[in-house]
Amino acid sequence: MRCDEVARLLPEAVEGGAAVEVSVQRHIDSCLRCQAELARYRKMLRGLQLLRTRYLEPAPGLLAQTLAALEEAGEREARRAILNGRRLAYAGAIGGAAVAAGTAATVVLVHRARRRAAPVAT
Amino acid sequence: MTTNELPKEPNELDRLVAAARDGDRPAFDELVRRTYVDTYTLALRLTAHEEDARDVVQETYLRAWKGLKGFRGDAQFTTWLYRITANTAYTTVKRRRRHRADALDAMIEEPVETRIEAQPEESAAQSAALARLAGAVEHLPAKLRVLVVLKDVYGLSHEEIAEELGISVSAAKVRLHRGRKRLRDLLYDELGRDDGIARRNDRAV
Repeated sequence: MRCDEVARLLPEAVEGGAAVEVSVQRHIDSCLRCQAELARYRKMLRGLQLLRTRYLEPAPGLLAQTLAALEEAGEREARRAILNGRRLAYAGAIGGAAVAAGTAATVVLVHRARRRAAPVAT
Repeated sequence: MTTNELPKEPNELDRLVAAARDGDRPAFDELVRRTYVDTYTLALRLTAHEEDARDVVQETYLRAWKGLKGFRGDAQFTTWLYRITANTAYTTVKRRRRHRADALDAMIEEPVETRIEAQPEESAAQSAALARLAGAVEHLPAKLRVLVVLKDVYGLSHEEIAEELGISVSAAKVRLHRGRKRLRDLLYDELGRDDGIARRNDRAV
């Protein structure tokens, strides 16, 4: 196995627990150049992990802007909920009125039909 | 400016998350207060652009508030927030990359991390090395940078990253591999000396 072949595998091999083929591991164990290259990757990975604990301070105003955006979105949501509630109420009222009108019409029609069907007393 | 200190009170955070899930807005506002520096840091590392990072932070919390009822608590709240941030930042980067060639050049001339002050408890050499590393991460192409940051800095799994970026797990692995290789080339020259970035900057000047 050649160093350039091993070098291509190192970005993955550097990860803890990564399975490395026996032939690759043997080459690394016997090659100072590849050992040094692996050490560079490990150092790079350790540095990246350290970056996790370095927080970047945002410019002033970000918190206030974020909270204001949330507030605004909340108000929009509330307005939408109210409008939806009103729409539901209107729809319910219209539906109720239609049902009531239908029921009244049915009662009238049934009543008329009964009057026509009833025998005339002599 | 950086800080190594961020308030870590898991129980208090859990209580706030539970309250916010029940619709308690002040509790959610408090969650924002406690986590926004962390979210901004991730957003800035992913986008490498301050204005984009600020937009990503706002969008992330709007999405989090809307989606909080769906947060089952089987992962840490912060990890859940990272995933939303990653998704939002990736969308922003993809959308704006085409329109930002000039701004990107300007940004590379002055990487964000170089403006950071050293931490008192760190040695000057360690601070310089970390600043150089962070600067190199910023130089990575956005598609590779996102993978390196999410996997190697924030420890998200390939599966989590793939899901948030809308790519396959194998594509995530390939990009991470390329990202690490590119980062190594930025940090070290062909002979393995620690001056890859320095030489590039010299050539640029």
